[in-house]
Amino acid sequence: MARETVIELRGLRTQFGRHVVHDDLDLDVYRGEVLGVVGGSGTGKSVLLRAISGLLRPAAGQIRVLGVDVLAAGEQERRDLERRWGVMFQDGALFSALTVRENVEVPMRAVPGLDGPTRRALADLKVSMSGLPYKAGDNYPSELSGGMRKRAGLARALALDPEIVFLDEPTAGLDPIGAAAFDRLISDLSHSMGLTVFLVTHDLDTLHATCDRIAVLAERRVLVTGTMREMLDVDHPWVKEYFHGPRARAAQADVQAAAAES
Amino acid sequence: MDGAMAWTMAGDVAISVRDEGAARRVALDGALDIATVTAAARRLGEVPVDQPLELDLSHLDRIDTAGAWALCRLRARAIAAGQAVTITGADANAQSVIRTVEAAMPAPDDRPAPPASLADRLEAVGRGTARAGAFFVELCAYLGLFLVRFLRSLVVPRDFRLTALVHHCHEVGIKAVPIVALMAFLIGIVLAFQGAVQLRQFGAEIFVVELISVSILRELGILLTAIIVAGRTASAFTAAIGSMKMREEIDAMRTLGIDPALALFVPRILALVIMLPILGMIANIVGILGGALMAWVELGVSPAMFRTRLLDGVMFSNLVVGMIKAPVFAIVIGVVGCHAGMQVGGDAESLGRMTSASVVTAIFSVIVIDAMFSIFFAQVGM
Repeated sequence: MARETVIELRGLRTQFGRHVVHDDLDLDVYRGEVLGVVGGSGTGKSVLLRAISGLLRPAAGQIRVLGVDVLAAGEQERRDLERRWGVMFQDGALFSALTVRENVEVPMRAVPGLDGPTRRALADLKVSMSGLPYKAGDNYPSELSGGMRKRAGLARALALDPEIVFLDEPTAGLDPIGAAAFDRLISDLSHSMGLTVFLVTHDLDTLHATCDRIAVLAERRVLVTGTMREMLDVDHPWVKEYFHGPRARAAQADVQAAAAES
Repeated sequence: MDGAMAWTMAGDVAISVRDEGAARRVALDGALDIATVTAAARRLGEVPVDQPLELDLSHLDRIDTAGAWALCRLRARAIAAGQAVTITGADANAQSVIRTVEAAMPAPDDRPAPPASLADRLEAVGRGTARAGAFFVELCAYLGLFLVRFLRSLVVPRDFRLTALVHHCHEVGIKAVPIVALMAFLIGIVLAFQGAVQLRQFGAEIFVVELISVSILRELGILLTAIIVAGRTASAFTAAIGSMKMREEIDAMRTLGIDPALALFVPRILALVIMLPILGMIANIVGILGGALMAWVELGVSPAMFRTRLLDGVMFSNLVVGMIKAPVFAIVIGVVGCHAGMQVGGDAESLGRMTSASVVTAIFSVIVIDAMFSIFFAQVGM
């Protein structure tokens, strides 16, 4: 099946001073899939996300997102591209001086011809789609719990119906119930809206529950990509440790039990 | 108007409304997305819902959640009016988006807030007053806490943190010397200069010495020093304690059996109590030096004559009146700064808010207390 590649990394190299984080890294992300990026601490998962989303300039290599060469793109091209993706940061990164609704409205303000009442109504819709109660729109980020802030961050990332969303540790710091609900939200939204999701995580349950494909970062590159099942057969010490460790077995058992029930 | 067509262009989406016997057919053509939704929603809002509706999406190239929202709103309106709505010609993607939006349509409770009545306003005034009273009581409680912990550390010297005290003396005292000295020097010059202009009219130039010495020793030296220290140190205390509070360091101290008041408040406030009189003294000396320099240059009052008149005058009692205030100012600034730091919540915004509030409160308190001292000294005749 020929799948459309929406993110294409070739020979990516990022470094801080003399510390090389990625070297000669290749990765493809296909349209409509949920790709989970895993790796040990310090392997540069978040750095990779920042490089693709344009927050950090790599030292070498090529990044193509939705057919646009990000590093060579002009100002206007970049702006148009940024409207087609959304980023959710770890703690939501909401603007603290604005209410949740106003936060979601921020990206919408760039749309010409969208009037105030419609914008507010659409922001309310996005808040509701990300699973927050209607009243949360009037709250300031400091009045929300961590899980609600993440949902509000997702609502802002989805404000312009992007084609790609980048999620940085979407379930970190959530209780298992909240994390499972968030996994379900990501999975539902990606299916119903045809989203491509690039998600950085440590959470094995999230990988099981949401990801179509997994990319393992190690040794400064993408060591291997594949489905959860394929990961189990990879013969690499870190990958083995990660996907066969005690936590991985528990997560697998849960998912299998859930599959058997339904 | 059976069979009549009404085409309306709304951005890149065309909407046609047409009555077909039993149903009203609304056909959409083009891209119904966030860029076109404002006009489309307005147009769809005008569609009368006195008949069953049929939404024909077969010519729609693109629909996003914003477009689906406009359709769902029309559907909700028709259903509220008791009319059935059917959607035809939607591809799988459009159906999925509409389903998602339909499920998430917020149910706003748009009741406007009732306008504030007179009673509400009175209540707000009352609450504000009660808050101000509670704030004052809390400050007094912090003062008490500081005194108790300080006295206890005198009884149990092991608890006393000498290193922290020295560190804070350096921070609030020695590092403030340049700014305090510069301020005092300039104040001395300004006083001498202004005094010279006025006193020359009466041929009473020599009284510039009394003007400078009385005003600086009695009021300006210590008051302005306290204001500078309030701006510099109260904010630093609030920021330091507040960021510890924010990162739960204060809670960690409590669980480890360390008393935050003893570890954080006592060294800081005590450092201020020690250093503010010294800073005030430095301000007095430098201010009079500045005044003497200006008196010499502008009025020809020689340094020797300045010194003689200074020592002949009521210098000592003025100095006492000024310096008595210093420890009081120090305690007020320190207590306000530490108290504000402890009020910081979990977010960075409250840290900024409390820091600026602590500076305002500290400066305001210093000026109020100075005024009370003035009345007191006038009554006792000093």
